[in-house]
Amino acid sequence: MTPKTLFDKIWESHIVKEIDGGPSILYIDRHFIHEVTSPQAFGGLKRRGLKVFRPGKTFATCDHNVPTINQHEPIKDPLSAIPVEELRKNTAENGIKYFPLGDPSNGVVHIIGPELGLTQCGMTVVCGDSHTSTHGALGNIAFGIGTSEVEMVLATQTLLQTKPKQMLIKVDGRLKNCVGAKDVILYIISRLGTSGGTGHFLEFAGTTIEKLSMEERMTICNMSIEMGARGGLIAPDNTTFEYLKGREYSPGRKNIKKGEIVEQSEKGEQGEVGDEWNKAVESWSKLKSDPGCNYDSIHLFSAEEIEPMITYGTNPSMAIPVNSAIPKAQPKDSGLSRALDYMGLEPGEKIAGHKVDYVFLGSCTNGRVEDFRAFASLVKGRQKAPQVTAWLVPGSKRVEKQIEEEGLGEILRKAGFEVRQPGCSACLGMNDDKVPPGKYAVSTSNRNFEGRQGPGARTLLAGPLVAAAAAVTGVITDPRELI
Amino acid sequence: MSYRKFTIEESWAVTLPEEDLDTDQIIPARFLKTTIREGFGENLFYDRRFNSNGEVIKEFVLNRAKGSETILVAGRNFGCGSSREHAAWALADWGFHVVVSSFFADIFRSNALNNGLIPVQVSKRFLGKIFEYSEKNNGITLNINLMDKEISIPATGESENFEINSYKQNCLINGYDDIDYLASNLKEIEEYEVFKLSSL
Repeated sequence: MTPKTLFDKIWESHIVKEIDGGPSILYIDRHFIHEVTSPQAFGGLKRRGLKVFRPGKTFATCDHNVPTINQHEPIKDPLSAIPVEELRKNTAENGIKYFPLGDPSNGVVHIIGPELGLTQCGMTVVCGDSHTSTHGALGNIAFGIGTSEVEMVLATQTLLQTKPKQMLIKVDGRLKNCVGAKDVILYIISRLGTSGGTGHFLEFAGTTIEKLSMEERMTICNMSIEMGARGGLIAPDNTTFEYLKGREYSPGRKNIKKGEIVEQSEKGEQGEVGDEWNKAVESWSKLKSDPGCNYDSIHLFSAEEIEPMITYGTNPSMAIPVNSAIPKAQPKDSGLSRALDYMGLEPGEKIAGHKVDYVFLGSCTNGRVEDFRAFASLVKGRQKAPQVTAWLVPGSKRVEKQIEEEGLGEILRKAGFEVRQPGCSACLGMNDDKVPPGKYAVSTSNRNFEGRQGPGARTLLAGPLVAAAAAVTGVITDPRELI
Repeated sequence: MSYRKFTIEESWAVTLPEEDLDTDQIIPARFLKTTIREGFGENLFYDRRFNSNGEVIKEFVLNRAKGSETILVAGRNFGCGSSREHAAWALADWGFHVVVSSFFADIFRSNALNNGLIPVQVSKRFLGKIFEYSEKNNGITLNINLMDKEISIPATGESENFEINSYKQNCLINGYDDIDYLASNLKEIEEYEVFKLSSL
């Protein structure tokens, strides 16, 4: 038998039909929707007189447009309130499970999917959002789609897809002190470029990746799209299974009523529940690339090369170690000089020591509890720099709850920070959390495009430790100097 | 539901020789709050067309365009970043029927095709020729022939073939869309579901 990649195995088991000279009909196991990219899809269904084919396979949350304070009040901005209300109506009319604002399961779509156990292993997962690649961390083919495709999934639970090429990215070795998943992925993107992965699906592997926690793996897969790849995946292992065990929608936890976890109390059911879980793990354990399988390209990296990273330009590949200098622009490279012009930075200038106005901890990239733990570990016993405005935004209600339960909220407040309520927030400034023109923001999110965090905003992407170091010193700082 | 049929189109082009034009540039996130597909054209490349005081930036190509152009030519990796289909809607709403580049981001390419906006991928060399001719002659007319999968510069007679799979080519020429096609396959989809359940 020809050796297959993990991607091949999942892909092949989801093909409904292949079209001659064209794409394949691919079955979708899990569909997530949010308020920004779904209203037009429901509108399209209505116009065509179609109904939602498999409402039980779609799950909805509102995250992009929502405020991160006073979520118990109605959304003030009417332009933001309308799509959220549309989502409520559309999901109610079509029998789709919706986690509204304030619900204990609400949060950023790519945080809550894995957190609730809705994202499992070996699935096809899609959402009208490019960072759907996040769900690949649990061993899934997960990718972002456009609104017309959202409509296709609603109408038929399938998509027309052409099989992408495959790329193996292998990272081996031990990470240095203060180097985390965000630094790893920024480093990889800086080496491969913003279109290095276009047309490809990525598989991340190697001893470094295997040692990462589930949440760290999500940070890695999340940013696959920033090198142009549709998605990235990691073979599931014990870390994955331990993460999924006992989650609300995980196998063996089927007695769910009104979003509440009903504990399996009756003895008779215990065995059945255990069986269901064991059966799932047994089948997930087969989800591995075969030895000798083929990739269209392979890139090898060594963990020891990676330093705490930060971006200096207007795309995520413009990243450098935080203790180094901005590259000197080549006269021919209009992209780089335009970027530095926008950022107000000089070629050859050391990035450390540059002043910072805003710090944003959050987003589907770094809005999980481990990110808050890392941030809190560095600011503990220190004070927020007075000139810095800091937005600390948990990725979900569960993360918010966990922050308080673990005492992280207390540490952060003592250091002069406030923890806001969950949402996409300043990652793309669709709510009130916008960075003003010309201001510098160290952000744990995923995109530093011109105007991404607000018109004229200057974004420097980094991991939670670099963000924390900037928040307490008011300038870009290598976190190793503070630990 | 069908959209405009596409066979051959000849038009004056808008040329934007910049690389990595992401969808946040094409349509900034703050304009994504409506719930219909129409009307995004007025905010196309908004932060490039207007400065922070809302004044028109005269040098930007779209502000110098005639408004009747149906072809946009841009540098490589066009449409990278966010999956927002609003980018394709905005380009189509402005009046573009074709975008030419040497490289398109994957999701943008699908989104464009799903809206009858043709992504024509040309070689780096041909793209260079278009920009060069346009710069020398203060503009350029291009011809796109979807039947022959050919793009040409009528003034010089130079041409190049582009790739598009036969399924999509057929859809675009006839104005069909994917949802119609998928919805006609529901029986097979149901059969797949039964088969998959039984194989677990």
